[in-house]
Amino acid sequence: MNKDTFSRRIIVALVKDNPGVLAAIVGVIRRRGINIASLAVGHSEKNQFSRMTFVVEGQEKSVANISSQLNKLIDVVEASDISDKNIVWRELALIKVSCNQSKRVELLELSKIFRVNVIDVGLNNITFEISGSDSKIDAFVELLEEFGIEELMRTGRIATLRGATKVGMKEGEFNSKHNSDIYLSKEGETGSV
Amino acid sequence: MSENLYKGSEIVCQALINEGVEVAFGIPGGAILPLYGTLNKYPEIKHILTRHEQGASHAADGYARTTGKVGVAFATSGPGSTNLITGLATAMMDSVPIVAITGQVGRAAIGTDAFQETDITGATLPVTKHNYLVMNAKDIGKTIHEAFYIARTGRPGPVLIDIPKDVFDEMSIYDYKKDSKVEILGYNTFEKIDESQLQDAAKLINNSKKPVILAGHGVIISKAQTKLLELAEKAQIPVVTTLLGISSFPEDHILFTGFPGMHGMAYASITLDEADLIIGIGSRFDDRIVGNAKRFGINSKKIHIDIDPAEIGKTIKIDAPIIGDVDTVLRLLNPKINTKTHPQWLKRVEHIKSEHPSLLIPETDRLLGQQVIKTLSDITKGQAIICTGVGQHQMWTAQHYKFINSNSWLSSGGLGTMGYEIPSAIGAQIGAPDKTIWSICGDGGFQMTIGELATVAENKLPIKYAILNNNHLGMITQWQDMFYDGERNSETYTGNPDFVKLAEAYGIKGMRVKDQNELSKAIIEANNHNGPVIIDFVIEKVDYVYPMIPAGQSVDQLIEENKSK
Ligand SMILES: Cc1ncc(C[n+]2csc(CCOP(=O)(O)OP(=O)(O)O)c2C)c(N)n1
Repeated sequence: MNKDTFSRRIIVALVKDNPGVLAAIVGVIRRRGINIASLAVGHSEKNQFSRMTFVVEGQEKSVANISSQLNKLIDVVEASDISDKNIVWRELALIKVSCNQSKRVELLELSKIFRVNVIDVGLNNITFEISGSDSKIDAFVELLEEFGIEELMRTGRIATLRGATKVGMKEGEFNSKHNSDIYLSKEGETGSV
Repeated sequence: MSENLYKGSEIVCQALINEGVEVAFGIPGGAILPLYGTLNKYPEIKHILTRHEQGASHAADGYARTTGKVGVAFATSGPGSTNLITGLATAMMDSVPIVAITGQVGRAAIGTDAFQETDITGATLPVTKHNYLVMNAKDIGKTIHEAFYIARTGRPGPVLIDIPKDVFDEMSIYDYKKDSKVEILGYNTFEKIDESQLQDAAKLINNSKKPVILAGHGVIISKAQTKLLELAEKAQIPVVTTLLGISSFPEDHILFTGFPGMHGMAYASITLDEADLIIGIGSRFDDRIVGNAKRFGINSKKIHIDIDPAEIGKTIKIDAPIIGDVDTVLRLLNPKINTKTHPQWLKRVEHIKSEHPSLLIPETDRLLGQQVIKTLSDITKGQAIICTGVGQHQMWTAQHYKFINSNSWLSSGGLGTMGYEIPSAIGAQIGAPDKTIWSICGDGGFQMTIGELATVAENKLPIKYAILNNNHLGMITQWQDMFYDGERNSETYTGNPDFVKLAEAYGIKGMRVKDQNELSKAIIEANNHNGPVIIDFVIEKVDYVYPMIPAGQSVDQLIEENKSK
């Protein structure tokens, strides 16, 4: 894939919690050859509506058009590409590391530095819960690698706009967010907040 | 509120009637039999029994395009529903409102790979605007009203409703209030037009020296032909149409400048290229017009008026978008446009037209497809409703028929569906019983949905089918000759039936024309015949459609005509 047309973007969506909505969304993304790097779904503050955060990767041009295409789905109340907005986001990971008694102290020290929770300790392993930016998680995972990671599970990002703005139900924003040359003004990998 | 209980199938019929449905096209089968068992009680809905569900979906499409109403198709579960898919995809690409109702296996059997079970909501996800699986009779009414609303509002499109067999039989209340509004959170029909977008576009138009309008199917869907004419005349802007924009602007008008793109007129493509402003109205700048996106319209700024925001900037960069319904937008935009004349530009366009006449029909004593269309156009005075299949005959029709009436052209532009020619005309004739319908067919496409001739005969629909019979998949021959070194394979039809005998077998008047000098007489005879006609026009075997801009290329690579001739 040509590096300078490759793009990674964060999309958040408020969707109706109907059967098939995930399939419909994934279909819109899949048919354009775009990869879903991560996807997190769960209930929103509104009954019968879910919020999704997904990170998509693919050709700049098709990726830039994705939120517009998603907005055409009837069960999507609003999808928004927030990569270039002022956002906060987190990811959660559970990491099971093999660990005999001799290493345990060292590992627990490390976990304190990273402010990581220990959620299970076994005879030969220990499980951490870490949340934060993906670079923080990456860094922690890297450190753990020499101890031997038995299992790693990451939720993928969940993200929100800073301050009072939120995605969903703001009809007025529809026009502006479909700005025609979103993809033409960007170069290279964007959205790596 | 009435507390009467109705069967699910009765609710379907009542809801359809409340949506103004007068006709439905379909074929029964096990899972949808409860609905068919109820239809007799509701004579308001006329059922047209097609011979294949693809025919039902194309007929619903033809009906929708001619009437502007939502077309309705019925099919049973499994193969009945999968047979609809081509028609739904055709409608999806061309933004045609259809509601398809399919039977599904009973609720208890869903997911068990039961007899004739297909996950049709899954299968039609990418080819419908929306679809539903209705699991309770109490949801049927609401779902149908929502489906019609979605199908016809915003950018129209097909909606499928899948109903399990036992839900048709389940009893429920049906509470319908006329004028109750469908509300779908987040569904935007873009009724409010952004004033600043209007102003930006108006400024570009008022400042441009060489503007051209590219009018698309959206003009027809939005019934904005009058407003388009007003804009063009007020600012004296030449108009080119897209393939599906044909019949959005009268072709005998001095400002009409043809249709550009792959098989469009050379003068249309060149005008578009020389313009300093392209005003795309209800068109989606699709690849058969744009070709090479980097090269397309390098001399011009672009305005794009469309109701679908996802179309803005999808293929090319847009300088001034206006999101909204075309008719509404033009109603607001036209008063902001200065009355102008552009005499030099119009003179230049006239010059381009005379330099590149594009549509000269080669002199020969053999019968050519182009001659058939030209003669038909003259005899019907451009007033007929024209359907086509896909291929050379479609392009010759687009080029040589002079469309005078708005919305008189039905063709599968986006999907390019062969087999559209017979059933779309059925829907069109039922939607417009007083109009003369000519369907221009390829001998290839004609055989794809040939069974629908029985539907034509049964319903005594006076459609005139003109087969441009070259015994070839003509467009395939053209591509193989032009782009695959003449390596022909599987392009010749040696097993064609005798179409005249075939017509007679269906009780349809059959005619054959082999000679130029029989042409007018035959067309007049068919046109005046009070019933369906099939004319087998035996045309030149190998002939090419020109002009042509090869796929993905630009006006620089335009091939004007066959050099060997
Ligand atoms: C359903 C379908 N299958 C295949 C094609 C590819 N295709 C495009 S044009 C064409 C030939 C059409 O032949 P015919 O209907 O005889 O029309 P002609 O080009 O000869 O006028 C084919 C096979 C298509 N468009 N649709």
